[in-house]
Amino acid sequence: MGESASVIMRQKVRDFSAWGRYPRVHGELVYGVSPEGLASLLKSGDPFIPLGNRRSYGDSALAARMLDVRPCNYMLDFDPDNGLLHAQAGVLLSDILETFVPRGWFLPVTPGTKYITVGGAIASDVHGKNHHLDGCFSRWVKEISIMLPGGQVVSCSRSKKPELFLATCGGQGLTGVILEAKFYLKKIDSCLLEQVTVRTNNLMETFDAFEQYRNMPYSVAWIDGTAKGPKTGRGIFTSASFMKGGDFDYRPHGSMDIPVDFPTFFMNKALLSGFNFLYYHRTQEWVSYQQVVDIDTFFYPLDRIGQWNRLYGRRGFVQYHFILPKRQSLDGILEIMREIDRSGISPYLAVLKLYGMENRNLLSFPLEGYGLALDFKIQKGLFDLLDRLDNIVAARGGRLYLTKDSRMNRKMVEKGYPGVWQFRRFRRSHDMDKMFQSLQSRRLGL
Amino acid sequence: MMESVLILGAKSDIGKALAREYARHGYDLILAARDAGTALRDFASDLRIRSQRNVILRSLDILSVEAHEDFYFSLGKRPAGVICVIGYMGDQTAASKDFREFKRITDTNYTAVACFLNVVANDFQRRRKGFIIGISSVAGDRGRKKNYIYGASKAALSAYLSGLRARLYPHGVHVMTVKPGFVKTRMTMAMKLPPILTATPEDAARQIYTAQKKDKDVIYVKGRWRLIMGIIRLIPERIFKAYCNF
Repeated sequence: MGESASVIMRQKVRDFSAWGRYPRVHGELVYGVSPEGLASLLKSGDPFIPLGNRRSYGDSALAARMLDVRPCNYMLDFDPDNGLLHAQAGVLLSDILETFVPRGWFLPVTPGTKYITVGGAIASDVHGKNHHLDGCFSRWVKEISIMLPGGQVVSCSRSKKPELFLATCGGQGLTGVILEAKFYLKKIDSCLLEQVTVRTNNLMETFDAFEQYRNMPYSVAWIDGTAKGPKTGRGIFTSASFMKGGDFDYRPHGSMDIPVDFPTFFMNKALLSGFNFLYYHRTQEWVSYQQVVDIDTFFYPLDRIGQWNRLYGRRGFVQYHFILPKRQSLDGILEIMREIDRSGISPYLAVLKLYGMENRNLLSFPLEGYGLALDFKIQKGLFDLLDRLDNIVAARGGRLYLTKDSRMNRKMVEKGYPGVWQFRRFRRSHDMDKMFQSLQSRRLGL
Repeated sequence: MMESVLILGAKSDIGKALAREYARHGYDLILAARDAGTALRDFASDLRIRSQRNVILRSLDILSVEAHEDFYFSLGKRPAGVICVIGYMGDQTAASKDFREFKRITDTNYTAVACFLNVVANDFQRRRKGFIIGISSVAGDRGRKKNYIYGASKAALSAYLSGLRARLYPHGVHVMTVKPGFVKTRMTMAMKLPPILTATPEDAARQIYTAQKKDKDVIYVKGRWRLIMGIIRLIPERIFKAYCNF
């Protein structure tokens, strides 16, 4: 027991997939236990991809060899004067919430699940419901410490090795093994939020709601993916801000588990139309109303159902998450919804969000405009449909989120991300392309 | 002032989980291990940030038995409880040939630990309070072919703790014996262990904390090991020696 620290690595070989459960890869998962162990892994010369809590959707964290950084999960320092937290890459956002919400601190930016690692938050440069005001996660990162292909550990920031910093934030783990990061938490006055809900009749109205509540820190809209014609784009818009009263009694919600894979036919058109109809009409009034909600209810509604991805059945699903520049958004989204409607394939969940300014990172997803995330069960004809949608998105100057992607082609990433060329050059010139590879990086030539 | 708990062998996964569990319940921690200052530095930072408790690191080589008293009495604030998580599996084949390995197993698991607990016991008896938790093993319940040298040292520890419990009981000091079965640690992360018999370090820590609060005497982790070991102990020797090759 205990002291046999000579053992620094263990591995597990089996089939792996990420949150979308598509694709699957037969691979080897290596646990990162110590920096010495990581260095020896790099010396072996076989390519791998670092991996966190596997909540990306597609194949950005999948490879024949994966390095699990979750065992490195210590918080190393916290400065209560300015909220700067120094944490190892494997720390989960849920751990940060449990530790700091009771003390009046919150994540500066959080995606729709709290079960991701700090390393993953940086590699995906995640965004949240406050992107229009607060940007991506990387905006709050002061410094990253990262292990490069040669095994040396360097730290980078906007002023120190800025090229490495800009490539690493949003770089899908392809620039090195993110070991630690220093980032700012945000002061809150309460762990409760005041939420405004607005039911809208069409896409134009939904857009208007986003504009009207632009100054609210958090906003998002659920869109009824089954609505057609003049009702296209109707939905429920919610926005919220933290309350001023000092209640910090944070109680993380327990989660209900989906213990088995649901049969593939479970998520079908009838069920989804019914669900969308009920959800939409749950909101009785046509005008807005207010209510008080807690952090988990507002930010992490889906975390309540552990492994909700199993509802889509064994074959898994794709989340098609695209963004269009603002002046293309209305026509573009309507065109895409029409194309989907023509195909006879229904999206099961649709979430719309107004984004703020683009940042300087080479591969970060957000740009100023509207982004829509659509969940599709893997089914016949889906990939042809998504290829057609790609054409629309590309023609209108939009792009797809790498963290959700499992199927786009090189042309699509090159059209959407002007920074990809520089990213490739940077990787090649530092031998990162030989050491860090995922199924996605190979498919897209990243 | 906050009460503190001294954990010996705090580098192990169960030791760390216990530190987190007791910190969560408001205890300050004194963590002892070889090279504690360097080996446990990051862990201690994490624990301090998460729990906002005081965490002190102290280097201790349990095999240096002459130093035990000095170590214990130099702690300043005397702990409310002592938990010993020290254990050394060793190499049975080597130990059956090489006296040094044999001695290392026996000393680490029994002789040195008992020496340390003697010091603690005398202090607690004088103060008429405190608790002592010793982590023994199911391997001490019956000598088995595969690990009887380790098992014998753990059997000695179990017998020692049982006697110590009786001695300290009238003085208001509680002694608890913990017998873990399989525990999923960093070292066994990728091994295939039967899930219903395997505890995570966090499960073990929670179970130990709860049992200590209820003044339990001997607990198994997980609890179902009690039944299994009960049956294994009942197997007649003539059958055990011939057929039980585990």
